[in-house]
This record gives sequence, structure tokens and C-alpha cells, in this order.
Amino acid sequence: MEKERFYYDDKIVKMFFIATIVWGIVGMSVGLMVAFLFNFPNYMEGISWLSFGRLRPLHTNSAIFAFVGNGFFVGMYYSMQRLLKTRMYSDFLSRLHFWGWQLIIVAAAITLPLGYNSSKEYAELEWPIDIAITIIWVVMGINMIGTLIKRRQRHIYVAIWFYISTFVTIAVLHIFNNLELPVSAFKSYSVYAGVQDALVQWWYGHNAVAFFLTTPMLGLMYYFVPKAANRPIYSYRLSIIHFWSLIFLYIWAGPHHLLYTALPEWSQNLGTVFSVMLIFPSWGGMINGLLTLRGAWDKVREDPILKFFVVAITGYGMSTFEGPMLAFKNLNAIGHYTDWIVAHVHIGTLAWNGFIISGMLYWLAKKLYKTELYSTKLANTHFWIGTLGILFYALPLYVAGFTQAAMWKQFNPDGTLVYGNFLETVTQVLPMYAMRAFGGSLYITGFILLAYNIVKTAKAGSPIEDELAEAAPLKKISSSRVEGEKWHSWLERRTILFTILATVAILIGGAIEIIPLIVVKSNVPTITSVKPYTPLELEGRDIYIREGCNNCHSQMIRPFRSEVERYGEYSKVGEFVYDHPFLWGSRRTGPDLHRIGGKYNNNWHFNHMLDPRLTSPGSIMPQYPWLLKDDLDISNTVNKISAMITLGVPYTQHELDQAVYLLKNQAAEIEKNLGQDPEFIKNYGDANMKDKEIVALIAYLQRLGTDIKAGETAQN
Amino acid sequence: MNIIYMTIIISLFIGVFFLVLFILLVKKGQYDDVYTPSVRMLFDDEIVEKKTEKINTDKTINN
Repeated sequence: MEKERFYYDDKIVKMFFIATIVWGIVGMSVGLMVAFLFNFPNYMEGISWLSFGRLRPLHTNSAIFAFVGNGFFVGMYYSMQRLLKTRMYSDFLSRLHFWGWQLIIVAAAITLPLGYNSSKEYAELEWPIDIAITIIWVVMGINMIGTLIKRRQRHIYVAIWFYISTFVTIAVLHIFNNLELPVSAFKSYSVYAGVQDALVQWWYGHNAVAFFLTTPMLGLMYYFVPKAANRPIYSYRLSIIHFWSLIFLYIWAGPHHLLYTALPEWSQNLGTVFSVMLIFPSWGGMINGLLTLRGAWDKVREDPILKFFVVAITGYGMSTFEGPMLAFKNLNAIGHYTDWIVAHVHIGTLAWNGFIISGMLYWLAKKLYKTELYSTKLANTHFWIGTLGILFYALPLYVAGFTQAAMWKQFNPDGTLVYGNFLETVTQVLPMYAMRAFGGSLYITGFILLAYNIVKTAKAGSPIEDELAEAAPLKKISSSRVEGEKWHSWLERRTILFTILATVAILIGGAIEIIPLIVVKSNVPTITSVKPYTPLELEGRDIYIREGCNNCHSQMIRPFRSEVERYGEYSKVGEFVYDHPFLWGSRRTGPDLHRIGGKYNNNWHFNHMLDPRLTSPGSIMPQYPWLLKDDLDISNTVNKISAMITLGVPYTQHELDQAVYLLKNQAAEIEKNLGQDPEFIKNYGDANMKDKEIVALIAYLQRLGTDIKAGETAQN
Repeated sequence: MNIIYMTIIISLFIGVFFLVLFILLVKKGQYDDVYTPSVRMLFDDEIVEKKTEKINTDKTINN
């Protein structure tokens, strides 16, 4: 058959290439900013949009979706065209994907510091941006599948399978986790409540790690490691097994994020079992990547690109060993809520994602600009600084994690807690936080060296042009199997069928875990004394969400003696039935807040928000002075109650009609109560505190976890 | 909590399904050629370069 000539679209590769470097620096810088906040909680001087709770989502979102996302797109657009011997399906869709994605990132960078967030980790963006993400993601998917259809290479290389599974799974996960009921332009409530919301969130959260930070990076590994080493992947057979077993196992592992919580026991165990099984495909993949370099280790000594890949794959192996270990209940009891998890995540992101992308960027810089690197020495320096940065980041946090867990659980012989004041367990690890910030600084310095090196390389090289290629078109084959054709290669030919089958498999996994919880009522025992939040408390809860309090405070007391002793009665699943969204949190930089209601008086909370160090000397919590200055926005209160009613929260007609009246009444009561402190009257007597945001937040905090206490009193 | 039996049965079903599928595929020799694709992906760049040279030669001949 006659060969056809065509050009690879390298301009789109270049666009994503630049975006990856830019957003990499941005995402890491925000990470460094929040790292310094641990040791210098006041250096932002009470600027609302630079407080920890608002910047932390910006860091995670920019690192994951801006840096790693664009990094994946670079490699995907470069490798897919070459593996399939065709230009991308549509230049327009490619560019729409690029600009759409960058606009989404900019929108995130604006809305998150302003406090518009839905509180669900790695899915914080509010509903208009969620819709934009869905559209742009589908645009990318259509472009990918279109490219597969017009390909000139029958066999679909393993890397592309990983790309396809990324597209399909993230689309499903993103849509299901972000089902929310809009209240206003930038405010919505999750349609799920409590334990169900938690399960959907961590089904998403875990699979965001699986299908946004792992499978696309594995695709890059299977393409760029053989390319850079100039030798085939160690075992193509292993890569096939790696792919299939990974996508079928990963989808089940989500509940390991919720061990010992109010999630039903069977669901937790299911998560543990599948997490442990995951080690096999993960390590198979790691071995496959590393052994590709067999007999080429002399190249690793000289080539910084291969060095990056070796550390990246090792990082993949380490975090996928650690993951299953942490999914065991007994280790999870120690690690959960501590900095161990932060260290674990950053081995995955800094070593695995960051280094595979860095290696790929260097390799692509040479290819795209058709020249040698400006400085191999500088790239080596980046490698060593970055590797040291990873160690300085992770090791202190491992120590911090163990220290926290040990101190939280330490008892005196008389049965009281040795470190009854949570603050002691925080100040103890401050030196580790300082070392972590140092490690982060090293890492970002290395990445800035990469940016400099690549800019210099680009200047020395030739401008990027679309590359000419030649290949014969595919012979038309009937959709049924050709005689003698192997089943698997037939399936590979049927790309659309393949995509659908992969989707079905993934959906089955997700549905089995989620549908029973939503459908079967017996899994969520109701507690009669648990009532919906009052309008003021609901507004306070939204401030809690806006300020991102859940980034540092959990609302989930596990049934351990140490936790019950410290915080009070362990959390029951029935207490969260009206929580749209759930706010269990995943990290305890500060203490758990589920039983905070009634623990301190209103004035304590008031002073604590004004300056946490007034009530808790040595605290590293940020100040929230704006809560005392800004008026509570009650324009949407009725809409919010109405939205909650739509979601099934049993507010009465009276509560809906009189929402604002009830709210003002409760606010006035709290102000009156605050006035019992003469200091408050002296300083804020005429400040109309009842109209301010602080009153709503106090109302919410004082309500937290008190409903079952009310139930006990009623029973007595 | 009867739901747990359902999940176990479905999990086992899926597990067994893939085990059987895998054994079948191996027996039928599905993975016989699991070498060519891994090597093929290495060579596309060099082919492209040769093509570029060929274009130049074509031009010379035409001139």
C-alpha cells in the first residue's frame, strides 16, 4: 500500500511543554508558601486570601491538575502521534483542550484564594469550573479517540492504554464526585451527605491519585524510558499484565482512606484487601521500568535524564509499597491524620511524578529544539538538588508522623493522656516542619534550574516545527475477527469497544461499593436526636468550608481509647446524615473538632479566631481577623435552606419562611452571651458583632457533635 | 449487613472471571508476539529522519 506523508503536530506539544514548566514553578511556590506557614503562622499578617486553608487547596490543585496534568498532556500529544503514526485527530480540539485547560487553572487560581470551594479534597473547585473541566476533558477524549480511529499503526502500544484509562476513569470519577446542587454562582452543596459523601469523595480522591497521578505517568514511563535508554521495555508481556490488573484493582481501594471511621466495616475491609493486592501490579510495573535499563547502567551514570527516570520509578515503587502497608488497619491507626501521609504523598508526587516529568522535559527539549541540552552539568545539579530535596522533605515528615502518633496515644499509668494538650504534639514537630520547608526549597530550586536550562536550550536550538513523517494507511479490516487473528489484537483494533469495556469494568467496581450505601438504608442508622443545622449554624458551616478549616481539623473521632479520652465519644455514622458535604477531614495539624461544641465558651472561640495565640500560646493556627470585621452575607440563607430541603434535609416550612429571622435571633443571643465578658463590652460593645461572620462560625462550632449529647439528656 | 455477602460474591465472580480469561489467553497463545511492539516504538524517529533524506534525494533527481 502506498505511503502517505503527514506532519506531527509539535506546536501543541510545545504549548503544553511551556505550560508544564510555568505551572510547575507556580504549584511548587504555593507549596513552599504553605510550608513556611507552619513555622511562621503570621507572616501573611491576616490577609484572608493568603491564609493556609485557602492556599492549601490551591497548592494541591495546581500541583496535580496544572503541573502533572499539563505534563501528562505534553507526553500524550508527543507520543500518541508517533506511536499511532498520525497527526492528532483535530488541531482545533487540541488547541481548545490547551486553552480551556489553562483557563480552568487560572479560574482555580482566582476562586480558591477567594474562598470559593466545595471542601472536597482535590475536587475543591466550585460547580461552574467543574462543568468546564468536564467539557474540556471530553474534548480531549474525543481528540484521543479520533486519533486512534485514524491511526496508521494497527497495534496500540501499552502507553496509550494507560492514556485511555486515564481519560475514561477521570471523566467518570469527576462527574460522580462533583454532583452538587448550586445555590448561587459560586456556592453549591454536594448531593451526598455524611458517610456517603465521604465514600464517594475518597473513591474519587484515591482514584485521582490512581488515574491522574499514576496511570498517565505510567504511560509516560512506558514511552519515554525506552526512548531515553534506546532499548525496548524489559517485558512487553509484563506491561500488558500491569495495565489490566492495575485498572481492575485500583478502583476498589478508595475506602482505605476511611479506616476506623464511621464507614461500614465491610466497606473498609474491601478497601484494605484490594489495596494490598495492588502491590503486585505496581511492583510489576516498577520492575519492568527499572529492568529496561538492564545492561545500560553505564548510560545512567552519564545521562541525567535516565537518572531522573531511575529515581522516579524507585519513588513509584516506594510509594506503592507504602500505600498497601498503610491500608492495613493496624498501620493506618498510626499513620492516618499524621504527617506520615503527607510524606507518603510527596514521595509519590516529588519523586515519581515530578522526576518522570522532569526527565521527560529534558528529553523532549533535545528532540523538539533539535539540539543538545544547554548544560548537562546543570541538569545533573538539578537531579542531585531535587533528590536531596525529596529526602529532606520526606524523612523529617516521617519522623513527625511517628512522633505525632506516639504522642497522641501516650497514656500515664493512671489512665490519663500524657500529652493532654494537643498543642504539645504540634510544637514538638516544628523543627521537622522547618526541615520540610528546606527540602521543598531545594526541590523548587532544582526545578527553576530546569526552566533556565530549557530556556537556554530553546534559544540555542532551532524553532519547533511540525515534524514530517510517512506511513502507510491501515488496510480496512472487517469489524469481526479475521481468521487466525488473536483475540487480544482484535480487541486492540476495536478502540471504541475497548474504551467502552474499560469504562464498564471501572463502573462495576465503583458501583458495587457506592450503590449499596446509597440504596440500603440500614447501613446508615439514624439517630433521632440529630437535627438539621439552624440557619445561622449553616451559614457558619459555610464559613468553615470557605476558610478551609477541614484542611487541618478532622471531624471524625475514631473508636480508640486515646481519641475518646482526648476528644469525647467516638463519631457515629448517624450524626452526619445532614452534612452536605461531609467535613471529616484527612489531617490533624490541629485537634479534631467533632465534639468541640460546648467545650469552650463563646468568648474563647471569639478570642481564638482573633488571634489563636491569645488563648493557646504557641499555636500555629492562622489569625482570622476578617471574621470580626466582615458582615455575614445572609442574601442566600433562604436559598441555602431551600437547597437543603431539596437534598432531603427535613427543615420545616417555618424554618424556611423565617430563616433570616431565626438567624438574627440566634446571632443576637450569641452577642449577648459574648457580652458577659467585660473585656468584650469594652472593645467590641458597639461593634454590632451579631451581624459579623464570627457569630455564625461560633454558632456552628458550638453545635458540633452536641446532638447525641442532647439525645442522652433526653433519655435520662 | 447482608450487603457484604453480595460484595464478596461479586468480587469473587470478577476475580474468577479474569483468572479464567487470563488462563484462556495464555493457552491460546494470545501473548506470543509481545516483543515486536516494544521494539517498533523505538525506531519511528529514525525512519522519519531517513524519509527526510529521501525527500532531498527526490528533489535532486527532479532537478
